[in-house]
Formats: sequence, structure tokens, C-alpha cells
Amino acid sequence: MNTSRPSVGNFDWVLIVLYLALVAVGWVNIYSASYNADMAMQFTMDNLFVKQLIWIGLGLVLIIFILFLDAKFFERFSSIIYIIALLSLLLLFPFGNTISGATSWYKIGSMTLQPSEFAKVATALALAKYLSDIQTNIKSLKDQFRAFVIIAIPALLIIPQPDPGSALVYAAFFFPLYREGLAAVYLILGFSIVLLFVATLVIGPVYVALIILGLALLLFYRNRKRKPSKRLYIGVVLGCALFAFSVNYIFENVFEQRHRDRFNIVLGKEVDAKSIGYNTAQSEIAIGNGGWFGRGFLEGTQTQGKFVPEQDTDYIFSAVGEEWGFLGSTLVVLLFIALILRVIQRSEKQKNEFSRIYGYSVAGILFVHFAVNIGMVIGLLPTVGIPLPFFSYGGSGLWGFTILLFIFVKLDGNRVNEW
Amino acid sequence: MRKLLLLFIVLFTGMVFVGRLFYLQIYDTSAAIQSENNAIKVVYDYPQRGHIYDRNDKLLVSNQPSYDLMAIPREIKPFDTVALCRLLQIEKEELVKALNRARNFSPRLPSPIVPTMSKEEYAFLGEQMRKFEGFYIQKRSLRDYQIDFGANFLGYIQQVNQSMIAKDPYYKSGDLIGRQGVEQQYEEILRGVKGVKRYQKDRFNREIGSFKNGALDTLPVPGKDIQLTIDAELQKYGESLMVNKRGGIVAIDPSTGEILALVAAPNFDPALLVGRERSKNYTLLDQDSIAKPLFDRVLKGQYPPGSPFKALTSLIGLQEGVIDTQERISCRGAYYYGGKKPMGCHQHRSPLAMVNGIAYSCNSYFATVYRRTIDKYDTPQEGIERWGNHLKSFGLGQYLGYDLPVGNRGLVPTKEMYNASYNYPKYRWGTTATISNAIGQGDVLMTPMQMVNFTAAIANKGWYVKPHILKNIKGVDSIPSIYKKKQYTTIDAKHFEPVIEGMNAVYNNPHGTAYTLRVPDIEICGKTGTAENYTKVNGKRMKLTDHSTFVAFAPKENPKIAIAVFVENGYWGSRYGGRIASVMIEKYLKGKVTRKDLENWVLTHSLEEEYAKPYSGEPFLINQ
Repeated sequence: MNTSRPSVGNFDWVLIVLYLALVAVGWVNIYSASYNADMAMQFTMDNLFVKQLIWIGLGLVLIIFILFLDAKFFERFSSIIYIIALLSLLLLFPFGNTISGATSWYKIGSMTLQPSEFAKVATALALAKYLSDIQTNIKSLKDQFRAFVIIAIPALLIIPQPDPGSALVYAAFFFPLYREGLAAVYLILGFSIVLLFVATLVIGPVYVALIILGLALLLFYRNRKRKPSKRLYIGVVLGCALFAFSVNYIFENVFEQRHRDRFNIVLGKEVDAKSIGYNTAQSEIAIGNGGWFGRGFLEGTQTQGKFVPEQDTDYIFSAVGEEWGFLGSTLVVLLFIALILRVIQRSEKQKNEFSRIYGYSVAGILFVHFAVNIGMVIGLLPTVGIPLPFFSYGGSGLWGFTILLFIFVKLDGNRVNEW
Repeated sequence: MRKLLLLFIVLFTGMVFVGRLFYLQIYDTSAAIQSENNAIKVVYDYPQRGHIYDRNDKLLVSNQPSYDLMAIPREIKPFDTVALCRLLQIEKEELVKALNRARNFSPRLPSPIVPTMSKEEYAFLGEQMRKFEGFYIQKRSLRDYQIDFGANFLGYIQQVNQSMIAKDPYYKSGDLIGRQGVEQQYEEILRGVKGVKRYQKDRFNREIGSFKNGALDTLPVPGKDIQLTIDAELQKYGESLMVNKRGGIVAIDPSTGEILALVAAPNFDPALLVGRERSKNYTLLDQDSIAKPLFDRVLKGQYPPGSPFKALTSLIGLQEGVIDTQERISCRGAYYYGGKKPMGCHQHRSPLAMVNGIAYSCNSYFATVYRRTIDKYDTPQEGIERWGNHLKSFGLGQYLGYDLPVGNRGLVPTKEMYNASYNYPKYRWGTTATISNAIGQGDVLMTPMQMVNFTAAIANKGWYVKPHILKNIKGVDSIPSIYKKKQYTTIDAKHFEPVIEGMNAVYNNPHGTAYTLRVPDIEICGKTGTAENYTKVNGKRMKLTDHSTFVAFAPKENPKIAIAVFVENGYWGSRYGGRIASVMIEKYLKGKVTRKDLENWVLTHSLEEEYAKPYSGEPFLINQ
């Protein structure tokens, strides 16, 4: 048996079926979200669902191509792939096409390609390659820094497009890093920063500082017999207070009003369904309109009236919510969770470090997209424009996620040959 | 631990999402309503409101097209305010006010800006409308009155207000609803049901097709025509007689309870309450606190009945067996019962038996009968209760149950009422304390409608049908069965004979109080009434000229009409009330009036001077 051409039986069919299910359900919703009674019967490229169908078909070709490549190819060429990805991001600045304000696309004929959707794959490969290197020690600060640089370069290239949402996704690489032994203090630090940030916006820096002080005094008093370090306590309290006040300062003076609005809407501080909160309000109305069983395919009044902006891309989940109801949208959430958990589970089974780290990156990236996108659509998170994997309309996104997932399927399928 | 972090975060996120979805989709139901407002444009198709006919199929009320200028505030694009105001012939402030009101009501839903424009006004506007985005014309139909009378029972239609919309979700802002009279009473029959067409809209408010392929759309159901029991000729005649007088006339057919005429004076032209001027005219009518044209004196006014009540005193006496038709009771010019002041009577023959007692309206006779009725029982409380029950069987002291939306109970005194006012049992009260009840001047109060109803019960010798104004619903050909059912009184039929004889003698006995009001070839039975009344002038109670009341029915055999007439401050019963009753009866039964002398007297006499007295600020004399 040729080791690099394993039989289909070695691939994880659970992942493949989940993928196909998500793509199929996604396409049905793109059909509905872009449905236009006048054009429904015309099978032309003017219809988004026709285009997406072509992307899906070409995606299947890509899958077969990936599965027939040598599994070692990805590890071996990860650095080159990473450099190509960086170049493609860099060349956007002189050659990119601007669509709705962001220079994120190459125009090739009538097609557009968004390199940032592929850069995630490249970064995951590069990170896996670097961390799995026998020389790399995740406990050492130097190597931590290098890993951070690998992640940060593409993110920093994406931010000025501007596409801060796509850059945010690079936070997903925290998960493989942590899995591979990054100190828990980063986790606690990151979590504290987010908590302090939100608390400052909600109750203001003065109260945050007072609460931190109170907690510190309480803790100090309880631990007084162990003679805690006064300096540490004072340092932490001062650090937190400084952070809270600077967050407040940055929020009020550095952020633009639109950024403030996005936070304020989620924090419930502002209700303005007419202008800035329109997307979220319409999306919540659409989802709420679904009820238990939904309005039915092509029957969602919000969806068919195209009330939710970007409802075939970033807000596609609102169409799911309205037309398929609580049952349908819960099913979609469960499909995503099943997919992510399956990727995690298969990653844990990998003997090869490269495959495991790559798998964790895949799970992390899918999770961040899933959580940030649906969180935004159902009004739990601020508006951040990133697509819902396999659902949102767009060839680059679909291909990006397909390649991301199927490289892992290939690596996972090759596991048996690594003994 | 390191293996589990992402796993837990994923599971936790999933749970939060499902919980949030449950909240949005199942728990919080406001979204569906918002979505409806958002995405569905509802267009109503208003059916034609039913016509109203009189008992002889004469058309009274039909429809005319009318046009509302509607606006959907959020769709309004900047426009030439001056040009629009000129087209609409309104002031700029008025337009701004209307637009603000519309915006406050809802930026998304249509609101009327200028309601009920006429065809002419619309013709002027129609061409230009496309220049004003966000505005459109909604066609409706308005009432077109073929008559200039009957406003009191016809009612009117107006735009619904917020409280009406809240009460009945059928109505949407700008819809019309019947108010007062038959327009209100038979609103649902006249109105029909508006048709609904739903269009799906997109976010730019463009229609993108019918909603659910029209599965929820409905066709309008046209309103049904109704026929009233009113005789338009008689009504018109009655209103002409009441010009420059206040009060009312109500005539019914005793055999059916059908209301033939329902005159409330002063009245007004129903066309005043149509169209753009409605609100202004309504305010004018409403603010006339002296003549009170909107106060339906026939249905809502409660007055002491006066002498016509003596017929009831007789009937109850006979039923209770305390008097017979032969016994003669003497009168010494007044009834002496131990009170501070005797109950006065007028000059007449004495002693009198029942028939002449009624004909001469002898106070002493009825005081005696009343006193015996109450005293038949061990306590005055029990007596009053028995007496009151007889009265209630004539529909007194309670809502009569006719099919018009306003009314009053009147008052039949009860033992509880007297106990309370005399502080019983600390102080006792006797029959004589209530003796004025005998002659209709005590505590009993009736609406003119109740007076005509008991007159009809006398005419029928013991029963009545609840008065009603609906004769037929066209296409349904029926009326509620309650208006076909005989309501029996507690008085046996045989006791009515002497009372009817007495009421006939009022006309036919040369000493009867209505002898001069006889109508050739018609045997009328009637009873005059003269009711004392008071008003407050500068906080001081002052007696005014008596109200002139009269009840009658005719012919004596197989009565076709029962009538009650009530003229405020008309002095004695036969002066205004009797004259009016006689000519009304003749008009209805013969179709023409031969007693031109009576008619002319009424038409040429005005009471406006009398009504002005209490407001003149100067001392005045009454009963002249």
C-alpha cells in the first residue's frame, strides 16, 4: 500500500459528513437570503446562490486535490505557503481592489479573491511547523515571542485593509499555544483584561478601581497569616486601576463614535434601532420572528424583505433563525459544535505534533468565527464583520475554510501511516 | 486541563447561544409583531356602509365618496410645504401639527393628515399628489344625508380615536366608526367588514409581491342596509312643531313597540357632522350648555311624570283591590292628610268616581287611592315595595332595553331609599310622607321614552313590546327576537277598561282637560300633565314655569299610535303637549292635519323668551 495514498476508509467520515451538511444547509439559506422572485428561475451568474453553487462545486474539486496530495507536503512546504500568504496580503496594498471600503480583494476577471481567508490556513501551518520543531520550547520566552510574531504578522497586515474582524480571528491561535503548554498566566491575564475592559465600560473606571481595591483588601486580610507581599498587592491594584482609567480614556478619546456605539449597543447602554443599532435590531427581529419552527423556507418576512443588511454574508444566521426557527437554528449551532468538538477529539488522537497543533488551530479558528459571528447576529457581541464558516456567501471564505478543514482531514487520515 | 479548555469554552458558548435563541425566538414574542410592522404592508379595502331607510322605505342616509390625505412619516421626502398647503387650503401650522401628530403616532404607519375631503377638493389635489412622496390619498365613503332631521337617533360617523382602537383592534388609525344613534348601535351591521390585502415589503419599502400568495387576504364584506321603524314624515312634522321649544316627542306603535318618531328638541341638521367641518360643528353643538342640542331629552332626560302618572295609580289601586270603579271620593279643593300643607286641587265637581277622577285629574282622588294601596300592607315599607314592583312591570325605574345607545333608568322609589332618607329605624316614616307619588310629583322620575312605553302598555291592556328603532336588516330580514316578545305587566287586563275610559273622557267629557283638542273621527285617549320644576340661578333654587306633558294613544280600539310629549316650561299639559299630541296623532293616522288651528298655534308659538328668563339676570315671573 502506498503510504501517501491512503484508502478512503482512513478519512474521518464524521468530519466529512458534518462539513457536507453545513455547506448544504448554508447554501439553502443563501438561496433564501438572496432570493428574488423575479430572478428565481434564471440560472445565471447574477444569482448569488448560483455563484455559491459553483464555488461549492469547485470546492469539492479542491478537496479531492488536497486528499490526493502527499500528507507530508503541508509540513514540508508550510514555510513557503506562509511566505506566499504574507506576500499576497502585502501586494494588496498596491494591487488590491476596494469593496465597501476595505482593500481586501484581488480581482481576477469577474471573480474576486480575498487572501486573508487563505492566510489563516498558512498561519496555522506555519505555527504548527514552528511549534512542532524539536528545537522549540514553548516555555521559553524567546520561542513564545517567535510564535507570537508568526501569528502577528498576517494580523497586522490585515488590520489596515481595514478588516479588524479578520485580524481578530488570529486570537484563535491562543488555543493551540495553550494546549502545547503556554503558561496559564497568559490565560488569566487575558481573561482579566477582557473582564476589566467590559467592567470599565459598564460601570466606569472609578467603581472598577474601588471594587479591585476592596477585593484586594479582603484577600490581603484573609491571607494575613501567610504574610503576603504588600508590594504585589499594591502593584496589582494600581495596575488594574491604571488599566481601567486608560481603557476609559481610550474609549472616550481614541475610539471613533462608531466603535463606541458598537460596544454600547451590546452593553445595552444605547438603544437606537434606526441608525447604528439597525443591523442588530433587524437581525434580532428576524430571529425572534422564527418562533419554534420558523416561518418556513422563503417565508421569512424579514429575510425576504432583505431587512437585515449583509444577510447573505455576515448575517446569514438571521435567515436561519427566521425561516427555520428555534429548532433549525439550534440544529445549526449543534452542527458547528459537533464539528469543532470532533476536530478537537481527532487532534488529541494525533501522534504527530504537527497534526495536533494544526488541528487545534483549525478548531480554534472555526470556534472564533462561529462564536463571534453568531454572537453578533444574536446581539450578544459587538458588530464584528467576520463570516460564518461554510454559511456566509463568498468563494474565498468557503474555499479558505474548506482547505483549512480538509488539510486536517488529510493529516488525520494519514495518522495510521505514522507508526 | 490543557486538553479541556477549548472543549469547555465551545460547550459553554453553545449553551449560551441556545439559551439566547430560546429567549429571542420563544420567550420574547415582541419580534413577530415588529416584523409584521416592518415587512408587511396592509392595504384595506373599505366596503360601502349600509344605507338607512325609514319604515316606508324612504332613503334617509346614503354615502358619498370622500378622500383622506394620508401620510407615512418616514417615507416623506422634503417637499414644497407652501404648495401643499395651498392645494389643501390649510394653514402651514395646521399641516406641521398634523405631521407631528402622525410622527408621534408612528413613523411607519399611515396617519390621516387631512381627513374627509370632498370630491371637489380631491379633484384639485389628485393630479399633484405624485410630487409629494410619502403622501397618498385614501378613498372612503362618508354619509350623505337625504334629510335634514333625525340627527338625534341617526347618530354620526367619525374617525376612531386611540381609546376606540385600544378597545377594538378591528379599527386602525383613520378608520371611521359610528357614534350615537343607530350608527353606533348597528355599527357592525352597517359597517360590514373591510377587506385586507397584505403585501410583502422589502427594506426600501417596495412591494415585492403579495404576502403568502394572498392566503391571508380577505375580501370586503359590504355593510347591510337597515330599515328603521321611524316614519320620516311624522318625524319631520314633529321636529317642525318643536322649533323654538325644548323637550321631546316620542311616538310608538303599541302593538309592535316600533318607534315611529323620536323628536328631541332642539335638534340639528345631521349633515353638520359630516366631513371636515364635523369636529368644528360638534364642538359648537357640544359647547351650547344652555340649549344642549346634543342632550337627548327623550332618552336621557328624567322628569317627574306629573298627572299622566295618575293612570298608573288607578291601575295599581284596582289590582290591589283598594278601590273599585264605582266608589266616589270627595274633594274639598285639596287633599288634607295632616301634613304642613294640604295637597292642592283645582275647581271641579265632587265627589268623583274613577273615570271622571282621571278626566278631571282630581288630586284628592288619587292621593286617597295611593294611600290605601300603601296602607293595605302592615308597613309602609312593604307597601312601597309592592307598589314599586307594579311600576317596574311597566319598564319604569330601569333601562327599557331599546336599541339606542343612550338612556336613563328613571327612578322608582324603594323602601331602602326612604329608610335611608328618613334615617329609619331611628325615625319612622309613613305613607303620607310619600303622598306626592300619587300624582306623579313625588320621587318618581321617568324619561319621555318610559312615559310612552307605559302609555302603550295601557293601550294594549297589560303588555308592551320593548320599544325599538330597527324594523329590518335588509338581506337578513329579521330583528332580534327580544323586540317581538310581549312583556306583561302585573295588572290584569280587566282593570285597564275604566282607566282607558277615563283617558278617553279627558278628550270627550266637556270638562275633560283635553276636550278642546279633539280630532274629528279619531277616538283619542290621553292624559295631561303639568310638572313643577326648579333650576338654580346664582346658586339659588328657583321655580320655573311648569313643564307641559301629555301622553295619549289612539284609536281607542286597536291602538295604532302611543305618544308622549314633553315641552320644557310649556306650562299646563294641554297647552303645548296636548296640542302637539293631537296633531301628531292625526298626522300619523290620517296622513294630514285638519286641526290647522292647533297646528298653527304650536308653529307660531315660541318658548325662547321663557328659556331666556333664568339667564336674563333680572327677576322674572312664571306660569303666565
